[in-house]
Amino acid sequence: MKETISAPMPGVFYRRSDPDTPAFVEEGDNVSAGDVVCLVGVMKNFYEVTAESDGTVSKILVDNESEIEAGDPLMEIEVE
Amino acid sequence: MIEVLDGGLSTTVQDNGRYGQYHIGVPPSGAMDQFAHSVANYLVGNDEEHATLEMTYKGCEVRFEEDTVIALAGAEMAATLDGEAIPMWEAVAVDAGDELALQFATAGARTYLAVAGGIDVEPVMDSRSTYALIGIGGHEGRALEEGDVLAVGEPAANADAFVGTRVPAEDIPTYDDDDANIRIVIGLCDYRLTEESKERLTTEEWKVAADADRVGYRLTGPELEFVEREQPFGAGTDPTNVVDLGYPVGSIQIPQQPIVVMRDAVTGGGYATVATVISADRGKLSQRRTHQSVYFTNVSVDDALAAREEQEAVLADIKAAVTPS
Repeated sequence: MKETISAPMPGVFYRRSDPDTPAFVEEGDNVSAGDVVCLVGVMKNFYEVTAESDGTVSKILVDNESEIEAGDPLMEIEVE
Repeated sequence: MIEVLDGGLSTTVQDNGRYGQYHIGVPPSGAMDQFAHSVANYLVGNDEEHATLEMTYKGCEVRFEEDTVIALAGAEMAATLDGEAIPMWEAVAVDAGDELALQFATAGARTYLAVAGGIDVEPVMDSRSTYALIGIGGHEGRALEEGDVLAVGEPAANADAFVGTRVPAEDIPTYDDDDANIRIVIGLCDYRLTEESKERLTTEEWKVAADADRVGYRLTGPELEFVEREQPFGAGTDPTNVVDLGYPVGSIQIPQQPIVVMRDAVTGGGYATVATVISADRGKLSQRRTHQSVYFTNVSVDDALAAREEQEAVLADIKAAVTPS
């Protein structure tokens, strides 16, 4: 079953917590419910977006640091 | 008492502002959307000087320790009280132990939670507003976090009688994506812009940048050009610089791209302030979301004052409409 993680609010999509650290997740990684998969930056705040279920990241749909709107699909998770 | 279970993205205690200190570098702070803040207060028997919680983009979760009356106004956020959906723009009864949870804003950016009696933090310079840049006012001078406990002031004697009253439908703002018109008064340093750039400021589309916040609303759009000149003594070398001056609240400076100076901004400096967003439209601007459009329209000071009076009249009407006789 496929689960889509969507942007909860408008802002900037970040795949890592700072430029020098690895991305939270890559395609093919396993994630558990509650794991941080990306950040949405708005007003100099960074909101942690988490996986809702255990699964595998099948697709990352947005480029790092691109502008996103609320509701935009960000990632697909293949749920076991 | 109110216990914070989740602070949301950025939730602060705000009132109608901290005045009389601008000359010593203290900006007004206070609710970014004074209209929604005031209406939320009126719905629970408070006046606009009572402090509310300003929630930005994402709501908070709180637990009420006593029976009270609350109201939500501003950006649309789905809200539940003890698991049941509750309306915005309406006074709602709360039982001791009830938990209020708010979701992400779906239209607009800022939602106000008023509680009968107001949020009772210690005033600093006669205001309960949070000025987070230097950490004064509000609750410990910062955005709320899980575990914070807030006191509530003495409610109006008839606060319970407000329950169920709601704002007349025609007075509720819609925060439409298309309603992007913001009125400005040109000046004080508009002489620094070329005629073409002055024209561009009021005809072209601007977009709210992702880092727009309580300090400044950064906008992105076309390049603006300054009149070439030999910089006077006391001004910086960049063409965007003038000899330091006090910044009007709402003024637009253009270090590279425009920044509208908002309620938590520095009170003076050396950037040319080329225009000022009128007071009646600053709340509306603060409800524009990241990446949304803004169009500036040039009006006179008389128009700006008339717009302010009109907004005050609407607020007075709403207060009368929601106050039980």
